Amino acid sequence: MATTFKLNGREVTVQGPDDSPLLWAIRDEIGLTGTKFGCGIGGCGACTVHLDGEPVRSCVTPVSSIAGHAITTIEGLAPNGAHPLQTAWIEAQAPQCGYCQSGQIMSAAALLKSTPNPTDAQIDDAMNGNLCRCMSYVRIRKAIKLAAARIQGAKA
Amino acid sequence: MNALAPLSRRGFLASIAAAGAIMTFAVTPDDATAAAGDFEPTIWYSIGRDGIVTVNVIRAEMGQHVGTAIARIVADELEADWSKVRINHVDSAAKWGLMVTGGSWSVWQSYPLMSQAGAAGRIVLIEEGAKLLGVDPKACTAANSVVSGGGKSIGYGDIVARGDLKRSFTADELGKMPIKKAADRRLVGKPSAQLDIGEKVDGSGKFGIDAKVDGMVYARPKIPPTRNESKVASIDDSAAKAVPGYIRSIALEDPSNTVPGWVMVIAESFVAADAACELVKVQWTSGDTAKVSEADIQKRASALIADPKAGALVVEDAGVDAAFAGAKTKLERTYTTASALHFQLEPVNALAIANKDGSYEIHTGNQWQSLVLPWLSKALGAPEDKIVLKTYLLGGGFGRRLNGDYAVPAALAAKALGRPVKMVCTRADDSRFDSFRSPSVQVVKMAFGEGGRVAAMDHTACAGWPTQVMAPFFMPKGANDVAYDPFAISGANHWYSVGAQRVRAVPNDLANRAFRPGWLRSVGPGWTNWAVECFMDEAAQSVGKDPLAFRLALLDGAGRNAGTPPNSVGGAKRQAAVLSRLARKAGWGQPLPKGTGLGIATTFGQERDMPTWVACAARVNVDTSSGAVKVEKLTLVADAGTIVSPEGAMAQMEGAALWGMSLALFEGTEFENGAPRDTNLDGYTPLRMADTPDLDIEFVESAEVPVGLGEPATTVVGPAIGNAIFNACGARVRHLPIRPEAVLNALKTKS
Repeated sequence: MATTFKLNGREVTVQGPDDSPLLWAIRDEIGLTGTKFGCGIGGCGACTVHLDGEPVRSCVTPVSSIAGHAITTIEGLAPNGAHPLQTAWIEAQAPQCGYCQSGQIMSAAALLKSTPNPTDAQIDDAMNGNLCRCMSYVRIRKAIKLAAARIQGAKA
Repeated sequence: MNALAPLSRRGFLASIAAAGAIMTFAVTPDDATAAAGDFEPTIWYSIGRDGIVTVNVIRAEMGQHVGTAIARIVADELEADWSKVRINHVDSAAKWGLMVTGGSWSVWQSYPLMSQAGAAGRIVLIEEGAKLLGVDPKACTAANSVVSGGGKSIGYGDIVARGDLKRSFTADELGKMPIKKAADRRLVGKPSAQLDIGEKVDGSGKFGIDAKVDGMVYARPKIPPTRNESKVASIDDSAAKAVPGYIRSIALEDPSNTVPGWVMVIAESFVAADAACELVKVQWTSGDTAKVSEADIQKRASALIADPKAGALVVEDAGVDAAFAGAKTKLERTYTTASALHFQLEPVNALAIANKDGSYEIHTGNQWQSLVLPWLSKALGAPEDKIVLKTYLLGGGFGRRLNGDYAVPAALAAKALGRPVKMVCTRADDSRFDSFRSPSVQVVKMAFGEGGRVAAMDHTACAGWPTQVMAPFFMPKGANDVAYDPFAISGANHWYSVGAQRVRAVPNDLANRAFRPGWLRSVGPGWTNWAVECFMDEAAQSVGKDPLAFRLALLDGAGRNAGTPPNSVGGAKRQAAVLSRLARKAGWGQPLPKGTGLGIATTFGQERDMPTWVACAARVNVDTSSGAVKVEKLTLVADAGTIVSPEGAMAQMEGAALWGMSLALFEGTEFENGAPRDTNLDGYTPLRMADTPDLDIEFVESAEVPVGLGEPATTVVGPAIGNAIFNACGARVRHLPIRPEAVLNALKTKS
């Protein structure tokens, strides 16, 4: 059963059963491995991608459900990996092992789109579904604030 | 993470293992390590004609930014331009010697060797640069990859391109190579961006789970009911045959006995292997450990502790029993900790390739290549030099990947099928197969004389021993000639002067049989310090003393606690200094709101041979109606000697402190019917962003030997929280993790 959708702006078609998780279609069929497998139950956030701009857990999203929709992964977030969050992530030296960070950045990107200047509580709320096993939370929070300030500054 | 081309360098290879061997500096024509014409003064780095310095890193990158720390050590002595330095995490090969990333050892072990290797390269470059400039080498200096003298200068790249770099040093000469004084360091100790960060923010970094080769098939294992005693009785895959892409199921024959009873479900995709795995029915005979519970393991531990002949005497001073017999007062307390999972976010996985020539490639993240290679060799019936472990980023290590057992089933399946096999464990598979932290039981006793003077201390700890099960060659012997797992008892042999001291380490034979105990971040110090540091507060209280003053009086640096050069200069006095500074910083003794308490703890990190002096103050609020504990702030002070890479060091401290808090309040499971009960985030719940308290961490400025930082902070936070809970509400908890019910029960006991 083929499913066609837009991935990072490009139309793609994947095979496999309808209930096959989007995560594995992206990783194994299309070969974009920046999106990670952590828990398989939507609990860790490592597999977070954008579905029409909204963050979803690709490990529990059946591939058939996204036919005709637009998916964005970490690889397609910004040209040359230069989204303000990615540059802030580097400046704050946020990652440790790095495994969860694609998902963290995708969740943070969705947050800043809806809430350009988030409070600590709003950051907690948006990011609590993303587990960082290295517990780099202090620097993730710092990076989100840094990016938010940059984006605001650029608009001002 | 590129693979390194095979090496043919002869001279230096031997010198790693054999003292007195020659370290050759000649670039021989048949050398294939670096590009032709590169200057490769040691196997540890090369310099190209473009001046790029590539540092070969044998340590695994798992979030500690270890490559940056090691490269900065080399580059500082080499006087290299930091912008031209690159890191290369290498694949396994005999020439690298012992390959292990653990124990918080990497920087400590690498510092002298990497400094001297860098210094040797600088000397050669200055000599050859001077020749090319036509200047006396004594008039030349090197800085930022440029040799200057007599008003002229030449870059390292040009020296490599034009020079004739020949010079050899004996290992002895290298070992005597002077290295910089602290004041002259240019890179070590200075802030720097970590070289591994970029690939971790754009999805390009390659972890083991991202490995791929043409023609590979996927596998998901059927994890047997017990870790060590399962045998396959029958496999019924009739239902799985309906899954498109399902290939077959294989019962592994494993001569190394690493994965007894494993069945690999093979398919053309992971999705198919996963679906088929749910449909394949396997019958096992699983042995009597299939019924073992956490309570059984702890009961066994208590029984073993009660037998004074059990275990190894790690510290055995004369007069312990006499001191207890003659004590004015005594205190005895029992502390326990529950099973705890690694839960590294990347589930274990491996891609194995069996080549036609009998060689094997294993693509996976690994922390101890030298440990798993012999297992693979035995499992595959192939010599170790025919097996190479390809290096990848690790999606978390925390000690899980010291035990490389997950490489074995992939390799056996690849051999059986004659096709590359990529095994991926689901999260639940990973948890069931985890070599988790053993539950522990500890009994601590203290004898007091007049005025509350400490006369003797007796500490017995019993747990499953990872080193006994997986690396018995690493076990020293105690005073009674019994071998013990040093990593499972370290911490109990503390730096307090307590009069006559006894430390006894007892292996839990039932734990060792029922599961595979693992090294989990800090290993023994994660539980021994829970006992030592909670007990110090209880002991102080029992003789009416302030816990801070009580500790400081015992950290007197007398006798064996004086410290020895080079690693523990200053001894217990440094620990006392760290604790005093912490107390000031955290406001020890100042009034706090009702229900809020400050608790302290201090440890020496990992091991007496490499002490990292650390202290923590936890400020907690306890809701006495629910028993809920909220950590408001963690304050930490550490003396880790020279801090090589400040940003990486701080990241390690932050992460390790939060790990300590997570293990104390959020994690923990129980062994149940032969496996951990909680296998995914619906039951096992590590700390999240919203739980993160304020962190205030500082390092003591020091020019002493750099020691480890990956683990030490994990060891102090739990007891600091336990002591803070007592100070907040009078509830003394003695079990990790601390659950609200335990706090409520302790409150009841108190009243």
